[in-house]
Amino acid sequence: MTTIENKEAVFQVRDLDLWYGDNQALKKISFDIYKNEVTAIIGPSGCGKSTFIKTLNRMVENIPIVRTEGKILYHGNDIFSSDLRVEELRTQVGMVFQKPNPFPKSILENVLYAPKIHGLKDKNLLMEIAETSLKSAALWDEVKDRLNDNAYGLSGGQQQRLCIARALAVQPDVILMDEPTSALDPIATAKIEELMESLKNEYTIAIVTHSMQQAARISDRTAFFLMGEMIEYGDTKNLFTNPRDKRTEDYITGRFG
Amino acid sequence: MEDNKVKTDKTDQMSSPLKKSFKADSRQIERRVKLSGFLKSVFAVSIAMTLLVLVFLLVDIVRDAVGWLDWDFLTGNLSIFPEKAGIFGAIMGTVYMMLIVIPVTFILGVSTAIYLEEYAKPGRLKDFININLSNLASVPSVIFGLLGLALFSRLMGLGGSILAGGLTMSLLVLPIVVVAAQEALKAVPGLLREASYGLGADKWTTVSRVVLPVALPGMLTGFILGVSRAIGETAPLVVLGIPTLIMKIPQSVMDDFTTMPIQIYYWTLDTVLTPEYANLAAATIVVLLVVLFLMNSVAIFIRNKFEKKF
Repeated sequence: MTTIENKEAVFQVRDLDLWYGDNQALKKISFDIYKNEVTAIIGPSGCGKSTFIKTLNRMVENIPIVRTEGKILYHGNDIFSSDLRVEELRTQVGMVFQKPNPFPKSILENVLYAPKIHGLKDKNLLMEIAETSLKSAALWDEVKDRLNDNAYGLSGGQQQRLCIARALAVQPDVILMDEPTSALDPIATAKIEELMESLKNEYTIAIVTHSMQQAARISDRTAFFLMGEMIEYGDTKNLFTNPRDKRTEDYITGRFG
Repeated sequence: MEDNKVKTDKTDQMSSPLKKSFKADSRQIERRVKLSGFLKSVFAVSIAMTLLVLVFLLVDIVRDAVGWLDWDFLTGNLSIFPEKAGIFGAIMGTVYMMLIVIPVTFILGVSTAIYLEEYAKPGRLKDFININLSNLASVPSVIFGLLGLALFSRLMGLGGSILAGGLTMSLLVLPIVVVAAQEALKAVPGLLREASYGLGADKWTTVSRVVLPVALPGMLTGFILGVSRAIGETAPLVVLGIPTLIMKIPQSVMDDFTTMPIQIYYWTLDTVLTPEYANLAAATIVVLLVVLFLMNSVAIFIRNKFEKKF
């Protein structure tokens, strides 16, 4: 870690190992994710980048054969600690998935799903949350007249922004994005990238992407993963213009992957 | 590994020798097109034969039933005189039995499916249970009758009551309902569950608010088909020793009873002595078919109505 500054680390990952059965998918990963930044994780398919990001909110444990070792500190608290409830962690660390996955419910019900299940009943407050979340996700103007329509009637890009709005409605601290634009066309992708730029003022964002151009465009810091190992981590500009490791250089110049 | 695959694909495309060495044989194409046309007629004949048998059956039954199937037949009670006999008792017997079968199979069946699909950890025990469920679904109904006879009639002393019959039928239908509900749960896309967990929802919240609403139409379809099987089943009740002739309408679940298929069965046994019984059986078959047809229509209606949502 070359750039030590007075930025606050939201996640501190220390010597993280992860196995799928006997297969080690992550090897001794250590780095920090800083507040109000976009941290990109890049690497070829199968390098463990999606696995890693799903470890940050412990979604990876939905696969029963997963085993982890090492530490991930979230604001100083170990997320693997037994007195931490994963449900509570996930209200703080929201997630947007590779494929848009709205519920087969109305647009409004999608956005309000999390606030409702977490006990909010006040109708005015709920509507307020819906509006601000949809506005933050740059979707409000497109859907404000049809909030009660089924979310499946939206385009793919709109659905993905709805999923972002749905994640924002829980009032999280961090948003994890697992290749959020890989199923979208270039225009929808541009919109989501623009959105991330504005979201990082209030949220910390970690994004997995297979597109190096995307990482270069939107992220402040980049981590390069290869075969379960983190090869290089640093300031995005530095990493792309002046990679320290030969393998990073080979990857970003397109020599493999 | 994946990277290697991608690379080999690319090199294959670049140096593809296929273009030069292969030319479509027009005679071969003509033969295939002819074969396709021929097979189409084979398939058409198959369905025509099936329909023919069905039409023959229906015509035969309806012809026998005409003149016997009237309001008095539906509301009248059993009688040894064919002209006076009605099937109100049998209809009520079926209804009462359904009052047991429907709640028992729905609650037990759906809960079992939810446990197996959403809660149970994958492993040998789950595989073992699943295999046994599929096997149970194909066990002949007579066997369930014997089980009901031993367990409900004898051991629990329920005799040939509606309760014994209903519980036996529930056992018969349960595997079908469980398997159908499991299929419906499996069909719910995993990414919907992920979305819910990702928002901090626990298991039951996810199941009740996201999974079940999506799976319910499929569950109901399978459930109604299972229940309509119970309505049409005869063998388990024969094994239980349901009485031939019941003159009074059942009042409680502990009463003796008869059902439409049982009535059909006993009437057809006696057609040699009393030829009119054939007409009574035919009339009852028409009623039974109408009931089953209605139930299947409801199942199809539910399926179509909720499928449109996606």
